[in-house]
Amino acid sequence: MASNAAAGAETFPKLLIRNANVCGARPAMRHKDLGIWQTWTWSQTLDIVRAYAVGLHRLGVKRGETVAIVGGNRPKLYWSVMAVQMLGAIPVPVYADAVADELAYALAHAEVRFAAVEDQEQVDKIQSVMKRLPQLELMVYDEKRGLRDYDHSRLRPIDEVIDEGRKALADPAVAAWLDNEIATSKGSDPSIILYTSGTTGTSKGVVLTNERSIHAAADTVAFDKLTEKDVALAYLPLAWVGDHYLNYAQGLVSGFCTACPESPDTAMSDLREIGPSFYFAPPRTLEQLLTRVMIRMEDAGLIKRKVFHYFIAVARRYGERILNGENVSLTGRVLYAIGNILVYGPLKNVLGFSRVRVAYTAGEAVGPDLFSFYRSIGLNLKQLYGQTEAFLYVTAQPDGEIYADTVGPACPNVDIRIADNGEVQFRSPGMFSGYFKDETKTAEVMTPDGYVKTGDAGFFDEKTGHLKIIDRTKDVGKLNDGTMFPPKYIENKLKFFPNIHEAVALGDKQDFVTVMLNIDLTAVGSWAERNNVVYGSYQELAGHPLVYDMLEKHVAEVNRSLAEDKVMAGAQIRRFLILHKELDPDDGEITRTLKVRRGFIAERYAPLITALYDGSKEADISTQVTFEDGRKGTISARVKIRDMKPAATPAMGKAA
Amino acid sequence: MRATGGPDVAVGDELLSVENVSLSFGGVKAVSDVSFDIRKGEIRAIIGPNGAGKTSMLNIINGFYHPQKGCITFKGQTRARMRPHDAAYGGIARTFQNVALFRGMTALDNIMAGRTLKMHSNFFWQLLRYGPAIREEVEHRHRVEEIIDFLKIQEIRRVPVGRLPYGLQKRVELGRALAMEPELLLLDEPMAGMNLEEKEDMSRFVLDVNDHYGTTIALIEHDMGVVMDLSDRVVVLDHGIKIADGTPDEVKRNQAVIDAYLGVAH
Repeated sequence: MASNAAAGAETFPKLLIRNANVCGARPAMRHKDLGIWQTWTWSQTLDIVRAYAVGLHRLGVKRGETVAIVGGNRPKLYWSVMAVQMLGAIPVPVYADAVADELAYALAHAEVRFAAVEDQEQVDKIQSVMKRLPQLELMVYDEKRGLRDYDHSRLRPIDEVIDEGRKALADPAVAAWLDNEIATSKGSDPSIILYTSGTTGTSKGVVLTNERSIHAAADTVAFDKLTEKDVALAYLPLAWVGDHYLNYAQGLVSGFCTACPESPDTAMSDLREIGPSFYFAPPRTLEQLLTRVMIRMEDAGLIKRKVFHYFIAVARRYGERILNGENVSLTGRVLYAIGNILVYGPLKNVLGFSRVRVAYTAGEAVGPDLFSFYRSIGLNLKQLYGQTEAFLYVTAQPDGEIYADTVGPACPNVDIRIADNGEVQFRSPGMFSGYFKDETKTAEVMTPDGYVKTGDAGFFDEKTGHLKIIDRTKDVGKLNDGTMFPPKYIENKLKFFPNIHEAVALGDKQDFVTVMLNIDLTAVGSWAERNNVVYGSYQELAGHPLVYDMLEKHVAEVNRSLAEDKVMAGAQIRRFLILHKELDPDDGEITRTLKVRRGFIAERYAPLITALYDGSKEADISTQVTFEDGRKGTISARVKIRDMKPAATPAMGKAA
Repeated sequence: MRATGGPDVAVGDELLSVENVSLSFGGVKAVSDVSFDIRKGEIRAIIGPNGAGKTSMLNIINGFYHPQKGCITFKGQTRARMRPHDAAYGGIARTFQNVALFRGMTALDNIMAGRTLKMHSNFFWQLLRYGPAIREEVEHRHRVEEIIDFLKIQEIRRVPVGRLPYGLQKRVELGRALAMEPELLLLDEPMAGMNLEEKEDMSRFVLDVNDHYGTTIALIEHDMGVVMDLSDRVVVLDHGIKIADGTPDEVKRNQAVIDAYLGVAH
């Protein structure tokens, strides 16, 4: 189906009509309501959306204007997007958990006159900022609960809008008018405005067009061979480009079924009931799942636990190689097959992965251990790299070429190049047409020859030809000899070790790279218990020589892995120390979202940083700390510093 | 906090009244000569310091305790004493001060248990779980699912309640009481031991139950802020005697109430 997508239909409403004609009896959407999964086929969906569109038109929604969509993953909100597009208007999904202020910004900036919202919570939120939204005329809502006593002069239930539209559609003239509206829309018309989450400054409205979105989605649908028989669970925010791409756009292009969870909290059990064949999860979700499994296994009986750990070890040894189609000994295959019956199969069933054919993760660096765990139990987990401006995909790993530390080669029809400053730039079929009402910002991220600047620094791996993303361009520094220094890339490599809780890499405008580490009290504490290491406090454990020895091995390992990349080889860690206290948001050292605040740390730990670069073996430091009850105190300590030898680079070896 | 405007539940007709009720255990007078009424559709709070006789009052209303003196009129029928099954069949449901759920059963099963009185198919069909019994169960399950949706506890449907945090257990208990489709719902300290957020959630549910199902609610609560926000009328007991009765504002200004709560110099 995907192949004729680009040819036959250049707008989403036309795709919907095509799906209703070609696979009208296939499920388009499922939603669990009152404990039972409800299903709507493509032809039912078309009927509803047509009626909805007419209903919205009668309320005053006109071609070219914007309509906000605020809420969770619910069929009626997806239909709102479709109905708005059918009228040639532009849906603007907004994050449901945004605070009233952010919501007001997006709604005001997008100049919406209408909003389709989920429930009372969103209605309340919007009404609380109504003063800033003079142009907002009407809200339609999905969930009527609690709204009965509200003033309904500017509120309407979605059901009612659909019903009115349906009655109106009985008139053939209205039906013909709607057909004409659908035919009038062009592929070059904007299909949606997605507001960026705004972690790096104010959020911007990314305008995407029908044609480009459909082209991009058609490419990846073909890439992963998605068909109308596939199923996905839509559990990530509706307003996020990922959900709009993976579920909405790919769903319409391939005709697969999008399932909506019963409530945000039931996503995990819904996943198991639906058994999706296409799955996306950010690394953090994968990590939480794994932790939950491991904790529950610790509570299991002795025999079960032994069996579990034995076969997980087997999986680690053979699983990934089997999945990659490499040569594996007969013993390995037999053991893996037994493990599959006893452990991996049931485990995947519990997690809802039994039928997953293609799974993706993206958003942040994924730990190699975490990544290979899921792959070793037979989940075809891959990585992709993208951003809202690209309509998600820039690169993705093809089957059989999977590495934990790359994000894959460029997607079909995507051009990528690396600018002189290391920044990744791309040109893709799905790329945005500009920021809404913000030509200056658009001009800032576009190069004169039509590439989009991602703001991410990266390079192409020599061995695999895949792209590696290392850090935000503005955070990448340079050593005095000109070597690129990406702090986050080095820190992430360190943080993948369970013993290392936090790391701060230093090196910009210095001669070499050094790091300050935080031990993970849980992991190192349990190691200390097993190895009879006695300690009285965090500070004492952090300064223990054996702990230093252990972390030295981790740092050496990171150096080895850095040495493998020619670009990174010069940025190996030469000296490190273990901080005497945990970096804490209360002290302002890391943000509430646990991002390291480099500038502040550089000031606060100036004596340590000086010592790291002047060759001292140890340094004294005294820092003010804030206790949980708000009192302040001082911790002082003498911190030891270890020297590291750089690992030999394969490339360097050849040169010498 | 109450929504204003629009069609509210008709507050008016008397649903239940107690007249000159006295209850003592041996020499201890738990309740003496108390009269008050509960009107249809209102939220009625019973407050008072510790040992004031609030829970005894609820127990009298739902027939668990039998008062020595006085009478109770419920839906026009005057009795000297309520019997628990009369109360239950008559449409009175309650929750308890200390959660009284079946700890080993799931949230869903606990709420289903609230439907027991509404099940009519005979024992043998139920034993076979076939024919009328299964049809009936589907119908009841539908009602229960509506309650689960109403209380937003979908994610704990299959979790044994013993494993749930306290706030959620309270919510399941409310669900079980709602499953009886009561006309009068008695809540004994629905927010005891909850944190602020849980209290806000529970307050919202109490208001929603009153608004959505039109259920009359009588509640005991210690958190004055909650009581004043939620209730239409408040009756105040102290040492088993009614010392005040009226709207939250009236009660707040009443000197006897202030004295009972803050103490007076003797």
